Amino acid sequence: MQQTTTIDRAGSPGFFPPARRASRRSMIAALVVGTLLVLLPVPELLRANGILELPGRGLYGQSNLNAAADTGVFVLLALGLNIVVGYAGLLDLGYAAFFAIGTYSYAILASSLFQFHVPFWIMLFASGLITALFGVAFGAPTLRLRGDYLAIVTLGFGEIVPTFILNLKDLTNGTDGIAGIDKPAIGSFVIGAGNDNIAFYYLALILAVGMIFVVNRLRDSRIGRAWMAIREDELAAASMGINTTLTKLLAFGLGAGISGFAGTFYGAHLGFASPDQFSFSQSVLILCMVILGGMGNLWGVILGAVVIYLLQTVILIQLNNWLNDLGRTIHFDPLINLNLSANIFFIYGTILVLFMLFRPEGLLPSNRRRAELHPETAAISEAERQEIYDTREAGQADPDTKGGT
Amino acid sequence: MHLDGILLLQQLINGISKGSLYALIALGYTMVYGIIELINFAHGDVFMLGSFTAVTLVGLFGITNSPLTDPLAIIGVLTATFLITMTATGLLGVVIERVAYRPLRNAPKLAPLISAIGVSYILQNVGSAWKGPATINFPKIFPDTQYILFSNGSSDVRVRTTTLLVLASSLILMVALTLFVQRTKLGKAMRATAMDRETAQLMGIGVNFTIGLTFFIGAALAGGGGLLYGLLIGGVQFQIGFQAGLRAFTAAVLGGIGNIPGAMLGGFLIGMVEAMSDNFLDARWTQAVVFGVLILILVFRPSGLLGQRVAEKV
Repeated sequence: MQQTTTIDRAGSPGFFPPARRASRRSMIAALVVGTLLVLLPVPELLRANGILELPGRGLYGQSNLNAAADTGVFVLLALGLNIVVGYAGLLDLGYAAFFAIGTYSYAILASSLFQFHVPFWIMLFASGLITALFGVAFGAPTLRLRGDYLAIVTLGFGEIVPTFILNLKDLTNGTDGIAGIDKPAIGSFVIGAGNDNIAFYYLALILAVGMIFVVNRLRDSRIGRAWMAIREDELAAASMGINTTLTKLLAFGLGAGISGFAGTFYGAHLGFASPDQFSFSQSVLILCMVILGGMGNLWGVILGAVVIYLLQTVILIQLNNWLNDLGRTIHFDPLINLNLSANIFFIYGTILVLFMLFRPEGLLPSNRRRAELHPETAAISEAERQEIYDTREAGQADPDTKGGT
Repeated sequence: MHLDGILLLQQLINGISKGSLYALIALGYTMVYGIIELINFAHGDVFMLGSFTAVTLVGLFGITNSPLTDPLAIIGVLTATFLITMTATGLLGVVIERVAYRPLRNAPKLAPLISAIGVSYILQNVGSAWKGPATINFPKIFPDTQYILFSNGSSDVRVRTTTLLVLASSLILMVALTLFVQRTKLGKAMRATAMDRETAQLMGIGVNFTIGLTFFIGAALAGGGGLLYGLLIGGVQFQIGFQAGLRAFTAAVLGGIGNIPGAMLGGFLIGMVEAMSDNFLDARWTQAVVFGVLILILVFRPSGLLGQRVAEKV
């Protein structure tokens, strides 16, 4: 009953669509956020050049720009893992392994270790490709496994890769890690020369925006819809003629490739690679971002990555300092000695459990997942209505229609 | 390198004693998987908290550096530590199931697994907040004599009292579990629930109670394993659960997940793989070897050594 009304209203031409308002709203939001992101380093730029006198601590400052550039890395990682977990529904608990392969590919081929100095711009895609090949090689025999077995196998892979990095000393320099990784350069301009994070920040922003565009287009493509079909019902997807093994492999390989891409930037930005950066905790951290934000929703996982990374590097530390100060003022020892960062994984663990129990769709869920998890709420029909309207409105852009004509 | 028979035998003994611990932990994985098809990721950390409970209790009994000599006191302390630790971890297991898994029983399959990962992290943090990040010494409860089994003059095969105790207690626990599952009414209820939850419920079996009981038993065995681990290794740390848990899970898969004798067999095998890899390859490769085994089994024989090939429920 509800469904028929939904379609009728969405289809009637005189109906002023809520979707239109929503999309205008989101465009304004995107514009505001985009402007803020572009302008973020300006205060620091002015301060560094002595134009403006600003107090030493604030949202600007090199260390915060540093964190902002690394946030870009985690946005890329969350986008990549979202393809695997969110779109294709394959739980990958060893995603950090691919990140490690990407970072080490760049670290080995562009540092003073072997005196190879392959340019960053080539390696950005080359290590993405290398990592994707690892993903395919690892995925090919294992992707036939059922969900929870696959999770464990990927976890095993996530443990094996750091073990190899640790033990293949001739190639990776073992526990010492690889230092002095090349910084990206455009002609004679070296990004991040003199420990300046402004250029790195913009590079991260460009890479992240580019990747958002690519993933967004992928999601709406034939492959993207095949991923979601497999996630919803593998058997049904196979009966519709989707080659499930190949499609899953593609998700796995692309997800891995994106983390290789991110790893290259990460290595260049940090200038250092060591095996302990890629532990199981790192995989869980990225998974946490995807789940917190909203599995399967592009904007959701970006939000998740930003929130969690900033929580870890900026907010928690500030909060901790503030609480310690408060403890000193009121002479309360537990507050003085409080160290929130030491308990960061308690917070992540709690996020995982609480979100699974109370909001499994995440902060910004995709419409489909929300509808699946809360079929009883009225908000869903609204969302569905928008989706249907969007499809009709888009008309020619809709691949289904295009295929038919 | 020529194969040294004595060394091989010694490693076999080491492997079996470590393997019996893995077997105890693996039982918890396999039972829980058998009954609700969940990889209980937090199980290894329950084991870790078991070892922490045990080390606290041993401290409370006043044992610090010098082991007890009076046999009666030794038996008393061991029994009390075993019982209290196992009850404590058993209850912890029940609480975890109640809070983090039961509400998700009808959710998409990956939801409880993710929740379990969350619980695992919470428990690890509880462990590190409780005892700090450093390895803490596990005091010897009894004098640890070494017995020489074989000798060829230059080297010999030794076995410690602790090794014997670990073997004996884990065997007793495993036999008790097998009898419980096979011979008692509650055990029958567990098997029925594992086979078909809905039908079991129609037959009047309290499914929630039975699942809770499974968690209690699995977690209690892990707690006992934690105590034995402390005795065998001599030190405990908040991260032992992750490592031991993964190896035990590998053992459960190797034996055929959901299969109780399989978990025991798998535990012993993984213990031996680990001992051999430690000794003949290098300890730093062991992690990769164990996971290599895990991946190979899952890819080539996902049903494990003793498991039956079952089609996935659609």
